[in-house]
Amino acid sequence: MNAKDEDRIKQLLKQALPPAGSEVEPSRDLWPSVLRRLDAAAEPAAATRALPLSLPWFDWALLAGLVVFAASFPATIPIFLYYL
Amino acid sequence: MPDDSSTVLNQFRQGDLDAFETLFRAHQQAVFRWILRIVRDPSAAEDLTVETFWRIHRAHARFEPARPFGPWARRIATRAALDWLRARRPEVELTAQDAAALPAAPQADPGIAAEIRLKTAQAFARLPPRLRIAAVLAVVEEQPQKQVAAALGISVAAVKLRVFRALRLLRTDLVRQGITP
Repeated sequence: MNAKDEDRIKQLLKQALPPAGSEVEPSRDLWPSVLRRLDAAAEPAAATRALPLSLPWFDWALLAGLVVFAASFPATIPIFLYYL
Repeated sequence: MPDDSSTVLNQFRQGDLDAFETLFRAHQQAVFRWILRIVRDPSAAEDLTVETFWRIHRAHARFEPARPFGPWARRIATRAALDWLRARRPEVELTAQDAAALPAAPQADPGIAAEIRLKTAQAFARLPPRLRIAAVLAVVEEQPQKQVAAALGISVAAVKLRVFRALRLLRTDLVRQGITP
């Protein structure tokens, strides 16, 4: 492709895709959308952090029972581990 | 160009939301226009401006307050726009209806038929996104090559090469459609 071809293609391109304009503005205030986006990103992170506290009560009760049982009968720990 | 005080930039780096809003208000139009130049769709440009500032906020700890905010924001905006162009299905092409919705060229050459303009726009839409961005910014929007290079994170020589490859591919596509430029 020579320089003349290149200039011609550039001209065609400029005619096909006029410049977007330097005075164009967003049709709305975008700050509320940015805040919503920040909040949406923060919610899953907060949920992940809160996960250990949001376990159902019976999970905690089961865990406590296991700890008490293991403390009372330590000889059963290898058996439990074997069946895990 | 907005004058971002070093206090605001330092506060932003520490994650201060008020400082972030100050920078958003100062730069949102420039970022929006830069993205619009690339994607050429005002609605998508608005969404990508929001996405860009979200990415900016996410990366606040990596910002170096000694450097200007504008070029950094432009680079993040360019990456967001490139992701958008890549995510668009390749089969989605510019139709005659889309082309009619494009703004009219202020100095439209009557010698160039509307059909040729449409085929050129369609051929351009088929180019790889990274070549398209370089060509649209450097050729159509006539942005300084140094600025384009900084936004793309490449050298000026690489910008020239991408523009050349874009024009060559465009010419090949047009010749295949029976248009001899």
